[in-house]
Amino acid sequence: MAPERRRLRRFTRTERAVHWVHAVAFLLLLGSGLCLYLPSLAEVVSRRPLVKGIHIYTAVAWAVALALIALVGDRRSLMRTAREIDRFDADDRAWLRRRPAPQGRLNAGQKLNAVITAAFALLFVVTGFFLWYGERDTRFRLPSALLVHDWLMYVSFVLFVGHLFLAIVYPKTRHALNGITRGWVDEDWALRHHRKWVERLHDQEAPTLEP
Amino acid sequence: MTVNGDEARPYGRRAFLGLLAGGLSSLYWAGPAARALAPVTSGFSQLLGNLLPVGGWRIYTISGSMPIFDEQSWRLEITGLVRKPLQLTYAQLRALPRAHQVSDFHCVTGWSVAGVRWGGVRFHDLLALAEPLPSAKAIRFVSLEQPYDDSLTLDQVLLGDVMLAYELDGQPLSRPHGAPARVVIPEMYGYKGVKWLTRMELVDHQPTGYWEGLGYDQNAWVGRSNGYGS
Repeated sequence: MAPERRRLRRFTRTERAVHWVHAVAFLLLLGSGLCLYLPSLAEVVSRRPLVKGIHIYTAVAWAVALALIALVGDRRSLMRTAREIDRFDADDRAWLRRRPAPQGRLNAGQKLNAVITAAFALLFVVTGFFLWYGERDTRFRLPSALLVHDWLMYVSFVLFVGHLFLAIVYPKTRHALNGITRGWVDEDWALRHHRKWVERLHDQEAPTLEP
Repeated sequence: MTVNGDEARPYGRRAFLGLLAGGLSSLYWAGPAARALAPVTSGFSQLLGNLLPVGGWRIYTISGSMPIFDEQSWRLEITGLVRKPLQLTYAQLRALPRAHQVSDFHCVTGWSVAGVRWGGVRFHDLLALAEPLPSAKAIRFVSLEQPYDDSLTLDQVLLGDVMLAYELDGQPLSRPHGAPARVVIPEMYGYKGVKWLTRMELVDHQPTGYWEGLGYDQNAWVGRSNGYGS
């Protein structure tokens, strides 16, 4: 083991941009959505058409921002990440069964979280579209759209709280926050949590060093 | 060390597509499933309603801010095709014979609140004060929240479970629920129940209300209008 603390680059700038666009949009949508949903907040805020506008335009801005990142960003790193999230090897499957198994750059739980987040984002868009358009053309009003939109919110909220706990509170994992803010993590931390990734980097070449 | 990654399986895309398929198809089964499971889930949602300020209600408004009820200046005006046009103060409204009912509330967007306890006045008693002319066939309800209005026929307002409510669950109607008074007609979707009521205009035929102007049905019977049950 090298005596100095080495840093490994975990996420590209493009990957981080996708994460933070999604995070900011999620918070704005959750906040404005709760103002539309909870009677007590609706009374405090009370400007429903304005809040509705914020909610809808945030969703539009989210989609546009993601499209822009895909257009000008490092698409190869995004495709590589998507492939990584898709594949669950034997270690991942063991990890999900709560057996200790060495993990790649993303552990099986992170992959699962990414999959659910992506699928839910699309489902939010579809149900949200029907809520928005159904008000304008009653033929497009699906009685279950609201119910599904609500339940997506409940599940997302629970996932979000768990995500925050692991990223900010839980001492063993919270170093990961560094990876998504600054892009790099300490090698000794990575060896404990993502050993296969570190080993693969060593195999390929000298690990990418960042000052 | 466990086996390494050579037998990777595309579980990611399978889970993604599975979630999408489940979520999209739930647009068809979620409603019926929620109704079928209601006996099981009602206990949970009651608990949730007690813990969180949800209670099943969503507050829909159409303008920038909710009207503020001022007891001194508020009047309920009854005008149009009546023998005795009049204005009631809040105290005068509360002094009229009082009615209670427990009824379900259904919104056209798909949510419902079961067993709402309303207190208020029957339209029979209100109209007796103003004495509608024989030519009067409907009432246009005008909200303080402009430009919201809607209407019901005289036959409809005289149904047994229709009222002008000033209490909800034993409390004076709160601002989000349309303080001080709102129309309640349980057999129709909520948009017919004008909140923050300030004027009742008796007319000889039903005008087009706010939501009707946006394509919603004049007769908003629950389960039999606005594309439901057809």
